[in-house]
Order: sequence, then structure tokens, then C-alpha cells
Amino acid sequence: MSALSLPVAARQRGLCLSIAVLAATLLALPHAASLFHYFFPELERPLYTQESFANLLLSHLAIVAASSLIAMVLGAGGAILVCRSAWRDLRPLLETLLAISQSLPPVAVLAVAAPLIGFGETPALIALVLYGMLPIAHGTLNGLDSVSPELRDVARGMGMTTAQSLWKVELPLAAPVMLAGIRTSVVINIGTAAIASTVGAKTLGLPIIVGLSGFNTAYVIQGALLVALLAIVVDQAFESLAVGIAAPSLQKS
Amino acid sequence: MTARRQCFGLPAIDKTWLLLAGLSVLGLLLPLLTYAPNRLLTGRGLSVLTLHDGLAMALIPAAVLLVAACFAPESPRGLLARAWWSMWFVALLLWSAGHEASKLAGAEDSLARVSFGSGFWLMSLACLLMASESLRRLALPPLRQTLCLAAGIAPALAVLLTGRLDALSLLKEYQNYQDSFDTALIQHMQLVLFSLLPAVAAGTLLGLAAFRWRHWNNWLFGSLNILQTIPSIALFGLLIGPLAWIGKHWPGSGIAGVGAWPAVVALALYSLLPLARATCAGLQQVPQDVRHAAEGIGMTRWQIFRRIDLPLALPMFLGGVRVTAVQSIGLAAVSALIGAGGFGAIMFQGLSGSALDQVLLGVLPVVALAAATDGLFKLAASRLDRNRHD
Repeated sequence: MSALSLPVAARQRGLCLSIAVLAATLLALPHAASLFHYFFPELERPLYTQESFANLLLSHLAIVAASSLIAMVLGAGGAILVCRSAWRDLRPLLETLLAISQSLPPVAVLAVAAPLIGFGETPALIALVLYGMLPIAHGTLNGLDSVSPELRDVARGMGMTTAQSLWKVELPLAAPVMLAGIRTSVVINIGTAAIASTVGAKTLGLPIIVGLSGFNTAYVIQGALLVALLAIVVDQAFESLAVGIAAPSLQKS
Repeated sequence: MTARRQCFGLPAIDKTWLLLAGLSVLGLLLPLLTYAPNRLLTGRGLSVLTLHDGLAMALIPAAVLLVAACFAPESPRGLLARAWWSMWFVALLLWSAGHEASKLAGAEDSLARVSFGSGFWLMSLACLLMASESLRRLALPPLRQTLCLAAGIAPALAVLLTGRLDALSLLKEYQNYQDSFDTALIQHMQLVLFSLLPAVAAGTLLGLAAFRWRHWNNWLFGSLNILQTIPSIALFGLLIGPLAWIGKHWPGSGIAGVGAWPAVVALALYSLLPLARATCAGLQQVPQDVRHAAEGIGMTRWQIFRRIDLPLALPMFLGGVRVTAVQSIGLAAVSALIGAGGFGAIMFQGLSGSALDQVLLGVLPVVALAAATDGLFKLAASRLDRNRHD
């Protein structure tokens, strides 16, 4: 809300700045052994070297991207479906489900999925998809609600089919609110993916988990720094994207 | 409500009830329980149909009644009957699961583990949705809705408290870890309370400042938003260093890098944005006309704040506190990773041992705590609202 009043250039600046800081951290960390040695003289190996940070970052991004894409298809698809006349009956049920799930922490889904499915990337991916769907479905419902019924009537009056009206009128108008839901979902997923290192997924959470269990605070800081920066970069990217699509749209006031 | 077509002369029914009835029937065919000879072996599923026992068999006619209840009319009485029967069905489900488990588990020292199966979870979920959806459509006043909810949970709670579920491995885990469960409960509440109290004070002040000095808004909410973006595990990790440094250079403070300190600080930091935003938005939605009118009748600025702004902004502010409290209860579960304890400790312990029952012993109380907090705040808000309109 507050960020919307910022000028466009300022928001792009946020994205560029955060990408630059992430890239600099990523490049500098492998050479920062002496720095961490200075702060943590008691640690024998003050730099996480089991796996390169760039690799971890890529695999973190891959899990988040894959799960978010599936979650987008399922979450938005489900929400669109219950807004169609044939499935409208189920809409209150979806809303009840979304309301109940709000008291469910994302980590709970992960913790339940792992013993059932096994360890590795798969339970992480499934948990991320399941939880990620919720904010997206919520955003899509709200977004479609924000389209005024008159506009839908106009689209029908112009001879558009239901599908055309959905694709050409309703979804473009709902896009800003949908995007806000996707943003929430992806940012939550970045954090949950980091915790998924506890179930054996290869993500930036790995140095944190290894560091915590081995009392190596330097590892924890290295992992935490990268996870935090990654989340900020992705959030800023969504911010810039939001500016792009929010500009020319007719919305119910 | 949209008009529904009638098929073959039958009254058309809402797809919601069809779906939920279908899910309950599917749940009846899936395993009610899983049985494993010991902790290491994978369990084998046992559905109601393979159990051949009186109590489990009673589930079949009960499920038929449940499906029949789905076709009950959409009148208040029909909705109430549906909600009532679905909650009794959950109680019956629990009872028969517990009864079967006690027969399967054998002697007290037996290593056999009997857990809830997928069918149990599916049927319970379907029943809970059925009850909550019926209650929502009844649109009762909040207090009566809460009473209905309490009455609905009562039979299931009675089954639990009379020890009929004690043979299930979830309850066995509870008995094994009773001490750490109680400690976890206290730690979890402490984490949430000790972070929420200072955060409410600081968040309110920030919100007031943001309302008073508008040009501050972008900067304040922008930085709080970045803070909110940082994933919990990362913020916990980033706080370990600075807090350990403070602890080392100021030994008397009791501050330490691991344990409760980073958790409380991180939870408080996360709470700032929703609280400040709720305070600011609450004050912004007070109509300027009302303030002008108050000025007109000679109220001082302090009086306007106390008698106009405060009561009018209160509902939105309480909404912010509710969101924050629910969020903190969930996030506190993650803080077990940095040694802050709480239910997360039980959950992560179960996760590392791949013991689903132990994970559930940590997860279910967190969800229950969050849902109860959410409900209590909503009830309080509705009472407040009613008092105002009376």
C-alpha cells in the first residue's frame, strides 16, 4: 500500500540494489574465510565449503520455481473454477478451507509430508506446492471479485464467449491482486524451502542447518545472509512486476 | 444463491455436500488405522471393512446417516442437524479407532504401533468442513456460534479425555513425552507472549508516528516490509551473531546467541509491520468530519484522541493483534531450530526420527493454539462491535 506511492524509478532501484548486494555477497563469500576467522577464532573451518553457495542458490531457486509454478496452476485454476457457474457451489467450501489453513504454519505441512513421503526433494516440493497454493487461490478469488460485473456484462455483450471474457477481460483486470497472492506464496516458499534442508533438500538452508547442529555460527550466518538476500531480491522483483501491470487497468472503485 | 436445475425429478443439491459426502465414503474405504509391529517397520493399513468388529461396523450405518444428512434440506433445522451429526460422527470415528487400537496393540509393553490412517484423516476433514460450512450458512450470532462450536467439539473431547484413545501411538507418544510436552507448551506461550507484549507497544508507537508524520510512511513501511520478507530461519540465524556478541560483552544481561533470545527478538520484529500497519490504517479510517465535529464542540486534542480516535480505531487494531498473534504462534515453531524450545522442538525431533506421530504431537497443538487464538480474538471483536451498536 505504502510502496505504491513510491515513484517507479525508486522501485526499480530497490530491485537493482538488492540484486547487486546478493551478487556481491555470492562472489565475496568464498573468499571471506579470513573475515569469518577473525570473528570466530575458535572455529576450525569458518567457511562452509561442502557445496558451493552458487550451487545451493540455484538448487534453492529451482525448488521454489518448480513448486510455485505448480502451485500457480493448481491454486489459480481451482479459484477460477469455483468462480465459474458450474462449480460456484464449491466456492464457500474453498473459502472455509482457506480460512482454516490460515492457522496452519507452512513448516507444519513440511513436517507432516516428510515422514509420509520420505526424505529428499520430493516431500519438500509437495509441501511447498500444497502450502503455496493457498495464498494464490486467495489472491485469485479476491482478484476476480474486484472485476466489476458490468465489465463482464459488456464483454458478453460484445459477443465474447465465457472463456474469452475470462482471458481477455477478467484475468488481466484481476492480475494485480493475483500477483500479490503469488508474491506472498513465493516469498513464503523461499523460507520454507530453506527449512526443507532438515528433510534433506539441497537448498541455502543447508549451511544453516549444518551450522546449527554443529555449533558453527559462521555457517549459520553465511546461509542466513544468502536466504535473506534471495527473499528480498525476489520480493523486489515482484514489486517491479506489480508496477508494470498495475498501470492501466479499470477497476471497480 | 444460483437456481439449480432438477435432474430426474430429484431435488438438486449443492455440490458442496455431494463432494463432502463423496469424500466421507472414500474415507470409509481407505485405512482407518495403520498397524506396525514396531516403530521401525512401515505400517499396514486397516480399513473399516477389514476390521470385522461391532464398533467399527457401526461406522457404516453412521456413514450412511452422514450421507443422508448431506441431502437434508437447507433449512436452519437441516443445517443444524448436519453440523450436529457430522461432529458426532467424528466422535464415533475416534472412539472406534481407539477401541480397535486397544485390541490391536495388545499388552502395555508391546512395541506394536497403531496410528490413524488416511481414511480417518479424510473422514475427519470432511466432517469438520461439513460442520463449519453448515454453521457458516446458519449465520448465527458470534456468541451462539461459539457455543455451537463448543457443543460440537464436546463429544470428541469426551472420547479423548476418558482415555479411549490411549492405545493409539499418538497418545502413547504423549505419555512418553508428557514432561517435555508440558514444558513445550509453556515455552511456546512464553515465546509468543514475551515477543508480542513489547511488539504491541513498539508497533503501536510506530503506527501512531506513521499516522502523525505522513512523509515518514514510505520509509517506515518500506523497511518493515523488507524485514517481513526475510524468512524466519534466516532472521533467527542472523540474530545469533549480534546477540552472542552482546552476551559476551555484557555477561550480566543474560542475553545469549542461541535459545529464547534470538527467537523472541525475531518474533517481535516480525510483529512490528502488521501492528504498525493496523494502528495507522485504523486511525486513517476515522472520518475527518467526526474529528472536526469534536473540535467544534470544544474537545481538546487529547480528548479527541481518547474519545474519538481510540475507540474508532480499536477494531482494526485488534484485528492486527489477532493476525500477529496467529503468525507468532506458527513462527515460534520454527524457532526450535535455534534451541528456543516450544512445540517445534517435538516436531523437529519427530522429523529427524521420521516418526509421524511425534511430528503430529508437535504440530497439532500449534494448529489448535493458533485456531483458538484466532477464534477468541474474533469473538472479542464481535462483542466490541455489538456493544457499540447497542
